[in-house]
Amino acid sequence: MPAVRFVNISRRFGSVRAVDGVTLDIVEGEFFAMLGPSGSGKTTCLRLIAGFEQPDEGHIEIFGDTAEGVPPYKRNVNTVFQDYALFPHMTVGENVAYGLMIKGVARAEREAKANDALAMVKLAGYEQRRPAQLSGGQRQRVALSRALVNGPKVLLLDEPLGALDLKLREQMQEELKALQKELGITFVFVTHDQGEALSMANRVAIFNDGRIVQVGSPADVYERPQSRFVADFVGSSNVLTPAFASSHGGAAKWTSLRPEKIGVFPAGTPAPAGHAYADGAIKSVSYQGAVTRLCVLAEDIRITAELPAGAAAFEEGDRVRLIWPQAAMVTMEDGA
Amino acid sequence: MSHAVTAEGGEGILDRISDTLIARPKLLTLLLLLPPLLWIGVVYIGSLFALLLQSFYSLDDYSGLIVHQFTLSTYAQLLEAANVQIILRTVMMSALVTLGCAVIAFPIAYYAARYARGWTKALFYLAVMMPLWSSYLVKVYAWKLILAKEGIVTWIAKGLHLSWLLDSLLAVPVIGGPSLSFSYIGTFLVFVYIWIPYMILPIQAALERVPANYIEASADLGAEPRQTFWTVIFPLALPGIIAGSIFTFSLTLGDYIVPTIVGNSRLFIGQAVYTLQGTAGNVPLAAAFTVVPMAIMGVYLWLAKRLGAFDVL
Repeated sequence: MPAVRFVNISRRFGSVRAVDGVTLDIVEGEFFAMLGPSGSGKTTCLRLIAGFEQPDEGHIEIFGDTAEGVPPYKRNVNTVFQDYALFPHMTVGENVAYGLMIKGVARAEREAKANDALAMVKLAGYEQRRPAQLSGGQRQRVALSRALVNGPKVLLLDEPLGALDLKLREQMQEELKALQKELGITFVFVTHDQGEALSMANRVAIFNDGRIVQVGSPADVYERPQSRFVADFVGSSNVLTPAFASSHGGAAKWTSLRPEKIGVFPAGTPAPAGHAYADGAIKSVSYQGAVTRLCVLAEDIRITAELPAGAAAFEEGDRVRLIWPQAAMVTMEDGA
Repeated sequence: MSHAVTAEGGEGILDRISDTLIARPKLLTLLLLLPPLLWIGVVYIGSLFALLLQSFYSLDDYSGLIVHQFTLSTYAQLLEAANVQIILRTVMMSALVTLGCAVIAFPIAYYAARYARGWTKALFYLAVMMPLWSSYLVKVYAWKLILAKEGIVTWIAKGLHLSWLLDSLLAVPVIGGPSLSFSYIGTFLVFVYIWIPYMILPIQAALERVPANYIEASADLGAEPRQTFWTVIFPLALPGIIAGSIFTFSLTLGDYIVPTIVGNSRLFIGQAVYTLQGTAGNVPLAAAFTVVPMAIMGVYLWLAKRLGAFDVL
């Protein structure tokens, strides 16, 4: 039985189809990421699971129970909100114990449970503070423990790391992953950051225009994008036209070629067997620390290549030969 | 570079002033604040202080002249039974008017903050503010006509065969009277009408500041709408209610026109002050009477603060 099942779900806002015929199974115990640009319908899908939105069409199940028409307060799922939504008139302890108080759990018991939940996110001893006295990272942890203390069957996370700075975000990614493994709860995580989705999730659904365009493991969607949109959105791959692909040893279809698979060599370097090449001139060089991105205009197509730090230095205007293994060209089914 | 250019061309006096002010933001703030501070300090606080001083003088009963000598006898006079009655009556009316305003204003403010959008919101502001555009006296006299024995309320009650209800309401001791316009009920109704915008607007502003996702978070954590209202929405609206109650309570405490025009002949603090400083010429006792609302409001604010009403501000 899937933790969450969407069958042909649609949700319209006026004339806009925010979610358009989504069918999806989220497996119990997995860390599931919904990835897509803003306005692609991923947050609406999360809100449909939480119950803040009701579908116009289709059927939702949460652990086998029909969910459409059920209000949020009758669902065994909890949400970590994008801006945390901590109640400013309550202490941290009262915030975390809120769900238990509503359920009628006795004060001593709920305080003990809230303290445990705070200890789990390394905030033991913060019970008496007010949310306004905490840093962004600490508020995020409070929001997390406020949701988890209720023992939800599914935890929904709406871009929870978006407001944190890079270092903290990376640290929280690790902690969330570890926490999910430890608790074994199904996590559904919405993000527009492909790095975050790939590094944390067991499976990723990629949204565009209210539809899911691909679902798979992070390696699947990265290595084998099925559409130009996925190839471009996840890791900004090079999308080769059918004509270009077929003249370089690929199929006559839209083809994805990852920047890091491409070697950049001085013009005239011979390509080894099983490799394809294209000659061109460097249009721009962008140093990014761990890698250097080169944009090359080769045979009238812009191709981006990534060189690891310390590789041979090139400059704008240099004539170069791009060489890549033919196996690195991934044929896509969908030209969209 | 621009500095060099201006230095060569010679600086105007205005340039120099603006340079000085930008370099010293505190001086600028002080200059901007000086006129209002002078106004508050001298005209406002100063006259209040003069008033307070007056209340420690007394009236010579024989000559009718004010004795400029420190005494507490005026305050002793204030505590005489008849005067205490006036104070209690006014405080009771103010409390009831505040309560009435809050009960009526909350749903209106809640609708305006949560549901009204576009033209309904414009209509809301118009409806709340419009009574404030017309003269206070005109409104009170209009209400006297509405509530009079020959007025529209009596007429409607008769038309609906509800005269018995109106009569039994007027027959209630203390709050009743010969007609609505000569009873505490009438005074109460007019006060609520006159002050209710001052209650609606702060509550609406407070509710407006409650983000929708607090309500979603509460529902997400299992709270039914009724629980969410009492545990999240109401506590966050409380500063607005307190702010509104400060207006309605203090405005009622000091008003003398409404009870003079609509009501029975029993005095409220405002009327007592008006009579004492006018016809009776007893300015010290009038001053002592005006100290009462100030003291009450002081205690009220202190209590509200103690109860944490301002914690979320």
